Amino acid sequence: MSAATHTPDLVEQALPDPETPQSTGRRVKDRTATVAVWAAFVIAMIPLVWIIVALLVKGGSVVVSASWWTNSQRGMTTLTAGGGAYHAIIGTLLQAVVTAVISVPLAIMTAIYLIEYGRSTRFGRIVSFMLDILTGVPSIVAGLFIYALWVTTFGLQRVPFAVCLALVLLMVPVVTRSTEEMLKLVPNELREASYALGVSKWRTITSIVLPTAFSGIITGILLGLARVMGETAPLLILGPYSQSIATNLFSGFMGTLPTMINAERNEVAAIPLDRVWGAALTLIILVLLLNLAGRLIARYSAVRK
Amino acid sequence: MTTETEVAQVLRPANHRRQDQVFKALAIGASSVIVALVVLVAVFLVTQAYPALRQNTANFFTSRIFSIDTPPIMFGIADLLWATIVTSVIAVVIAVPLGVSIALFLSHYAPERLARPAAQLVALLAAVPSIIYGLWASQLVAPYYLPVQDFLEKVLGWIPLFSATNTSGGATLMFAGIVLAVMILPIITSLSREVFAQTPTFHEEAALALGATRWEMIRTAVLPFGKPGVISAAMLGLGRALGETIAVTIIISSLSDQNRQSFSLSFFNGGETFASRIANNAAEFDTPTKAGAYISAGLVLFVLTFVVNAIARVVIERRRAFSE
Repeated sequence: MSAATHTPDLVEQALPDPETPQSTGRRVKDRTATVAVWAAFVIAMIPLVWIIVALLVKGGSVVVSASWWTNSQRGMTTLTAGGGAYHAIIGTLLQAVVTAVISVPLAIMTAIYLIEYGRSTRFGRIVSFMLDILTGVPSIVAGLFIYALWVTTFGLQRVPFAVCLALVLLMVPVVTRSTEEMLKLVPNELREASYALGVSKWRTITSIVLPTAFSGIITGILLGLARVMGETAPLLILGPYSQSIATNLFSGFMGTLPTMINAERNEVAAIPLDRVWGAALTLIILVLLLNLAGRLIARYSAVRK
Repeated sequence: MTTETEVAQVLRPANHRRQDQVFKALAIGASSVIVALVVLVAVFLVTQAYPALRQNTANFFTSRIFSIDTPPIMFGIADLLWATIVTSVIAVVIAVPLGVSIALFLSHYAPERLARPAAQLVALLAAVPSIIYGLWASQLVAPYYLPVQDFLEKVLGWIPLFSATNTSGGATLMFAGIVLAVMILPIITSLSREVFAQTPTFHEEAALALGATRWEMIRTAVLPFGKPGVISAAMLGLGRALGETIAVTIIISSLSDQNRQSFSLSFFNGGETFASRIANNAAEFDTPTKAGAYISAGLVLFVLTFVVNAIARVVIERRRAFSE
């Protein structure tokens, strides 16, 4: 290497003299950059704090009343105060659970294929690429697709289950990617030890690999759920709002928190606006709780190496 | 002497092998569903848009008319394309420098104890539902934004992009772009942080050993290394912004027919993006032709996001191939 030919003199010349301080210009630039990156972080925190505080202030008084959690909006108008968000909360939860029941097995099996079988195969690369594309599909396009399939092609009605199908399109890529990351973290030694004991591959996956990655997979599912619960766009196309309690996924309309906000947001009277803020606070509480739970699980039970 | 296959047969009896094959088939099946879904999205959008496009008597790409209630059916996407691209580009232009700065803060500046909770706080921004961003922006932020817009109109109004329009309040493309910037900030931040954190330590140490300040080290070692990652993050952010629906629908006011007659370049104009046009009219999908017209707008949106996401993927793949 050329380093051997350098004499100590040359090296010393190349380095700045530790005795002379850095030039003022360089120091100022360095300080400015430090201040700028701190400032950028603080700026990013403003919307988060602002949103949470504003929702607590404007929606807090609505949400603390017991009837908010037990009553629906049935028979309520913009002039009658009261009623609750029970119908919307169970609508949101019901649709989220059905979406998860369809998405999770699909996502986990796909992740298993990508990590355990399809690594560096041609089909694996195609699936991975398609997953990226699916991640990028705008939620309104997912809604339009299900509309084209469910309503125009099959001639069926707009029902809550169609909303779930659209949400599956949005949840699957999230859960698949996070499961994939978790499966990658499972040490190969575990798989090899299992094979060495004569355990078959699918047994190794189901009883060694998946349990090891379990908590990480749960985290991914919770984050995916949080994402689909806040979705509004597909619901505008497929899930008209209803003020009454509805639990039938295959007929009629079902209220959800996002569509409840959307239905009342254009009113200017105080009563519907209170409902909007109350519903928004309820939604963000649900979403943040899921996020928090996911992150706590991720933190306290990471894959042990 | 036993051959390898005999050993395998001893260790894995026939029924194990069958179970193995079934399990693998399930995994392949699930993966095929993913591929099929994407293909089906494209196929269904195309086949449903096609009849409407056949009946369309206006030029789909250049016409600004959207009249689909009574024949002759005429619709074009020029206005939608303009509003979609303007809002998304404004969002990316604001969010990339901010996101890169936050990523540097998280990867190189924040004290170790702060870095982790700080990153989680930024991630929480991504968890806030889009409808709540829209509500927050239109109800609470708009009053504070208006003076900024008035100021820009006064100072830069001679540039057509910043000229005053009839659109009142904060219901403008510019404001929507700013709110979209907040919404895509987390994804740009987290992807940039990931690549910045992967900068080889010896690059950083080499720069510091040569007497570089921290900022000079970042400029000469971290940023060049992270550049493809940042480009890819920007493209993914752009993809999100293009398709963002409800927040934009709440913020921007659609233009009245009178205001639409002459095309305005101004960022302070109202308008509709692909997504917000579809959302505003979702209740009116009563005939296949009407639905088809909106589905063809959705198809263009799908193609746009497809291209943007594919570019993001190609950029990051290249880097991977290069750095391994």
